[in-house]
Amino acid sequence: MRIKTISYYFREAFQSVVRNSWISIASIGVVAVSLLILGSSMLLVMNANNIAANLESSVEISVFLKDQTTPDQIKDLENKIRAMPEVTQVVFISKQQALEEMKESFGDKKDILSGLEEKNPLPDTLRIKTITAGQVAPLAGEFESFAQVDQVRYGQGVVEKLLAMSKWVRAAGLATMILLGIAAVFLIATTIRLSVYARRKEIGIMKFLGATDWFVRFPFILEGMVLGLAGSLIAVLVVYFGYLSLIGNIQLSLPFMQLVTDRDLIKPLMGGLIGLGLIIGATGSLISMRRFLRA
Amino acid sequence: MIQLQNVTKVYPGGNKALSDVTLRINKGEFVFLVGPSGAGKSTLTKLLYREELPSRGQIIFNGKNVVRMRQKDIPYLRRKIGMVFQDFRLLSQKTVAENVAFALEVTGASNREIKKTVPAVLSMVGLAEKAGVFPGHLSGGEQQRVCVARAIVNNPILIIADEPTGNLDPETSWELMKLFKEINRRGTTIIMATHAWDIVNAMKKRVVELTGGKIVRDEEEGAYRYED
Ligand SMILES: Nc1ncnc2c1ncn2[C@@H]1O[C@H](COP(=O)(O)OP(=O)(O)O)[C@@H](O)[C@H]1O
Ligand SMILES: [Mg+2]
Repeated sequence: MRIKTISYYFREAFQSVVRNSWISIASIGVVAVSLLILGSSMLLVMNANNIAANLESSVEISVFLKDQTTPDQIKDLENKIRAMPEVTQVVFISKQQALEEMKESFGDKKDILSGLEEKNPLPDTLRIKTITAGQVAPLAGEFESFAQVDQVRYGQGVVEKLLAMSKWVRAAGLATMILLGIAAVFLIATTIRLSVYARRKEIGIMKFLGATDWFVRFPFILEGMVLGLAGSLIAVLVVYFGYLSLIGNIQLSLPFMQLVTDRDLIKPLMGGLIGLGLIIGATGSLISMRRFLRA
Repeated sequence: MIQLQNVTKVYPGGNKALSDVTLRINKGEFVFLVGPSGAGKSTLTKLLYREELPSRGQIIFNGKNVVRMRQKDIPYLRRKIGMVFQDFRLLSQKTVAENVAFALEVTGASNREIKKTVPAVLSMVGLAEKAGVFPGHLSGGEQQRVCVARAIVNNPILIIADEPTGNLDPETSWELMKLFKEINRRGTTIIMATHAWDIVNAMKKRVVELTGGKIVRDEEEGAYRYED
């Protein structure tokens, strides 16, 4: 295609956006909001899945021992548990080790924990892994009946809740996005219809001069895509920088949360949002062009 | 070159604009379509460039069946036909040269071709000096000559002019007719719907008279008779 034709297309598209500025802004806004909701719920889902996966890989039973338990008793208990067929691993964590671990997970906020060394409130712990996650609950019940055991904890319920939540967020986010996306498509269709109306004389001339339907359509599709692109760029900027600053804050105050910080995972999501914006724009203009070109 | 076979056109709503029209026009002819208002002249021309479809009958143009033509082939049909209307249909925000160039642009012609062709066509219609002027600053006769330039810039084999002098004074009309005569002399077929009886009488070309959607007269070197 000739450069002049292309520049003609772009000039027309931008002029139209400016001419219908109010409804253009409304379309851009709705595209932005719908993609914003989609983008944030996708991020939420990604994070919930990430946290769940981390928890699942570390589903283990923590058996907290009573304070008075002697090293011999601990050794006996450890051997007894290790002999069980469902158990794959038993690790003893002394109360000192537990404190060190906690300090590590707090990173540069570990000062909070200073002063705990003298009167360490953490118990001695046995960490037990099973062959399957299904064996965790019954085993944990059995451990609770042992004399030296104070408390038994395991994270399985949390994993299930997280996965359920992520499913729900995904469904709700998708439903909202689809509804708003449809609204965005129709707003863009209305915008394009206005600009078709504003240029109906020119279109009539183009048609009797022998312009193909695609030549007539193209500037309008471009206009729709410009609207979609503008909306999606707003959404991407808000989601991207909003998320970066949010995880920055969370990592400061909740350093042990396993968040998705990998930009290589976030960037395709942003690219997807922009692609969706373009598709919404093109669909909106195609809808408004279909009826009109037959006339 | 053009063949209408038993063509009937009934508009939605039941308005019968043409009834059983059979007409043959050869390459290079100059044909006046005359008849009272509402006789079906405009409808007949619209059928030729597929603005309207006939309700019955067949139309052959340049060896192709216009009625059965697919939607995507219509633009290429129209590029073979130059159109001139009573109300000009120029784009007011484009200059004279840009309006003429637009006809080439929509066909995807190259920049070089546009630069070469547009000035030549403008000088043929006597508007070389007005290339950069906007249509709003031109007289009616000049605007209609821009339309003629736009109609011929694609080298069409047929020119359809629907009352091209309807908005012009007699003297300007004659200037324009000279231009059409010259275009026809170079081999382009011309079909002109008109009410200008003096022009028809003086040109001594073929006259097809329509009344109530029927051809009531078809004469070589005819005159605009029903004024008598
Ligand atoms: N788009 C249309 N819809 C319905 N009726 C029409 C339409 N165009 C023309 N007509 C009718 O068809 C008849 C012929 O019109 P037209 O071809 O414009 O005549 P002319 O050009 O000879 O004045 C008239 O009765 C007119 O009212
Ligand atoms: Mg008419």
